Amino acid sequence: MPLLWYLRDEISFTGTKFGCGMALCGACTVHLNGDPVRSCQMPVGDVGDRQITTIEAMSSDRIGKAVQDAWIAEQVPQCGYCQSGQIMSATALLRVKAAPSDEDIDAALSGNICRCATYRRIRTAVHKAAQELR
Amino acid sequence: MRRLRMMIAADTASQRSMQASRRQVLAGLGGFIIALGMGGRLAHAAAIEKDAGFVPNVFIRVAHDGHVKVISSYLEMGQGTFTGLATMAAEELDVGIDQVTVEAAPADLAYANPKFGIQGTGGSTAMAGAWDKMRPAAATARAMLLTAAGKRWRVPVEQLTVERGVVHHVASGRSAGYGDFVDAAMRMAVPTTVEVKKPDQYRLLGRPGTRRIDVAAKVDGSAIYTQDQKLPDMLVAVMAHPPKLWGKVAAVDAEAALAVPGVVAVVEVPGDDDVQGGVAVLARNTWVAMRGRDALNIRWDGTKAPRIDTAEMAKRFEDLSKTPGRVALTRGKILTDRPSGGTTIEAIYHQPFLAHAPMEPMNCLVHIEGDRCTIWNGEQNHTIDQVNAAKELGIPTDHVAINQLYAGGSFGRRANPRSDFVREAVRIAREARKKGIGVPIKMVWMREDDMRMTQYRPQTVHNAVIQLDGDGKIASWHHRIVGASFTKVTAPDGIDHMLLEGIEDMPYAIPNLRLEQHNPEDTYVPTQWLRSVGHTHSAFVGETLIDEAARAAKADPYQYRRAMLLKGDPRQLGVLDLVAQRSGWGRPLAEGADGTRRARGIALQQAFGTYVAQVVEVSLHQDGSYAVDRVYCSVDCGTVINPDIVMAQIEGGTGFGLSFLRQAITIKDGAVQQGNFNDYPVLRMDAMPPVEVSIIPSTAKPTGVGEPGVPLIAPAVVNAIASLTGKSIHALPLPAEIEL
Repeated sequence: MPLLWYLRDEISFTGTKFGCGMALCGACTVHLNGDPVRSCQMPVGDVGDRQITTIEAMSSDRIGKAVQDAWIAEQVPQCGYCQSGQIMSATALLRVKAAPSDEDIDAALSGNICRCATYRRIRTAVHKAAQELR
Repeated sequence: MRRLRMMIAADTASQRSMQASRRQVLAGLGGFIIALGMGGRLAHAAAIEKDAGFVPNVFIRVAHDGHVKVISSYLEMGQGTFTGLATMAAEELDVGIDQVTVEAAPADLAYANPKFGIQGTGGSTAMAGAWDKMRPAAATARAMLLTAAGKRWRVPVEQLTVERGVVHHVASGRSAGYGDFVDAAMRMAVPTTVEVKKPDQYRLLGRPGTRRIDVAAKVDGSAIYTQDQKLPDMLVAVMAHPPKLWGKVAAVDAEAALAVPGVVAVVEVPGDDDVQGGVAVLARNTWVAMRGRDALNIRWDGTKAPRIDTAEMAKRFEDLSKTPGRVALTRGKILTDRPSGGTTIEAIYHQPFLAHAPMEPMNCLVHIEGDRCTIWNGEQNHTIDQVNAAKELGIPTDHVAINQLYAGGSFGRRANPRSDFVREAVRIAREARKKGIGVPIKMVWMREDDMRMTQYRPQTVHNAVIQLDGDGKIASWHHRIVGASFTKVTAPDGIDHMLLEGIEDMPYAIPNLRLEQHNPEDTYVPTQWLRSVGHTHSAFVGETLIDEAARAAKADPYQYRRAMLLKGDPRQLGVLDLVAQRSGWGRPLAEGADGTRRARGIALQQAFGTYVAQVVEVSLHQDGSYAVDRVYCSVDCGTVINPDIVMAQIEGGTGFGLSFLRQAITIKDGAVQQGNFNDYPVLRMDAMPPVEVSIIPSTAKPTGVGEPGVPLIAPAVVNAIASLTGKSIHALPLPAEIEL
């Protein structure tokens, strides 16, 4: 069973979303030992003893909280369905790159689709979170 | 049902006049006095919980602790409607928006959309509709609470003030929260008229800084969409849909599917002209249901499935476009000969089927208990879905209750006029019950279902012949549109105005105009509205043709539009001039590196009562690839409820429309050829340009912003490209490399 469905259906962590089932949209992004992975393509049996972190834990993560706060300050979400995945990708980026450029953000987040096209606000919010964390 | 369907798209002009007569607005001293024809009664008194507190009407509840609950007739699908409604209510009640929560209304005609006559969300109508409903509803609540306060304190109501829900009588130093007057207000008669605020009294409306009420839950994963809704003992249903549109099940061998551990049942789901149907696998969780679905052995009968072919359809449509159609509009007399010294522009445009592709694929949770049915859904078409669900089950309409949840996008999809996916979910539950399964069942479409078995923006051909006179002015415009109609049964004149909008109301002075349409009934492709509806294709045609006319007249496209604009609509000119000024129109653009050429493109459209103009800056590289570098938008949507949401919607709409440059749903031998985001490209972050939105201040009645941001970006980009290449572009999607 892919991690996505284990999280959502078995243990009711529904913040991680199903969007495409083929790692094309990024809505199901979670952290595996801090790295972003598409949980729809990650067999739950392959996780082993590595740590899984989902959107539900971001408010107690220093970087994750800063990203969420920036998302609120910039009023990023519209329908909101993709935003868990966006926040997980952004948080993972800031963990390895404290001051990302626009190009870094594009590279890290172009796998996350937002059909409401909140992309510019996402980019602004990532910069804002980076600044707050400095 | 047919009657209900007809009401959806009933002539909007007559709806408007109905609305005007229903609402009598008198000039008042402090504000506007509105006669209350509203307030309504719910079909089910049970829909209001016992301890609701003060319920002056169907839209407002004030609890004993003073908390205000706003009941939304509309779906929150990202467009910010919940926040807009809360802002209106908070404004009139003089409470903070943080003291308001929004709850979705049940399916009930007391919540009918004033423009449609049914309860549904669409046409960018929510703020306009709520303007005459929510504000007086909240103002009524305030007036009654203040009357109660005045009586208790034996002071004139005029001496009372309210701040953040606390009533003050300054002279006597008395203060008390709204909650203290709830019981007294509950015993009072609802007044027949009420004053709403004047613009100079607004604290919240139009002011920056009011945050969306749904954002906190959308950044921590706690917002509940249909996909997330769970109930005790619930099963998940995954569908095996026919490989070709309208294919039927010939035989099912469910043995291997039933052998998958966790699969509970396999049910055949009958299809018909509205619902695709197929075979559903019911399981304890989604993954097991998916595996069960994959293990099904189904023999499909495609013999009766129409051999739909979109390439063939395009040819057929083009041929049709060369023959006279039903005349939708005539003005003057079409010129068949070129005026002396003039120019003739002939153009045939092709635009494809499009899928809505919201991030949340279609889904719907249904629980049938006895002769009652409860639905959980990102509900966009409440009372029609309610009627259709009841019909599926042969139960009274009011035995169907609908719980509206957040929708992960929709772009119109969740408001299917035939309730296709809702009925499919109800059918699954109905068929499961025949097998003794009475638990709640959540139907979950995979992305591929949402791409291949969905409802599409119609494929169209536009055919236009324009005669310019010796001065380059438009002397005659003959236009035919060919496209399947999803509303033609609804229009009293037999014309599908949803196909014509944007063309039939072009803002330009065209002395001789004829508009005709063909609605082939044999396309067999399920179609419905997509965000901005007819404008999705008409703006591309109309606004690129105006540029062609300007090029033929050797005129600047901005100045040409300005000169051709109909007199008497200053709002068109307002947005056009503002966007030209903001974008620095006419000033040279810096050339790109390595032979990249850059140009601006402009476009203008009124959609759903909102005026938008756009200027784009485009780079055209030497290899024919292109990039949209920057977008300027101006918008006039009347009174602004929340400026940040207006900007977000126009910006987001622009991004949505940018995807049109690259998207197409194609069908071959009845099978849709796209299935997921790998072959149906959507805009991603690296291609999203900065979008500057400028709002025209206005005290006109508010109009919507969910849709009008969408249609202009495609023509604006193409106009920029064509100004560089000199070659007209008459089809979407664009090729990966533009012909230079």
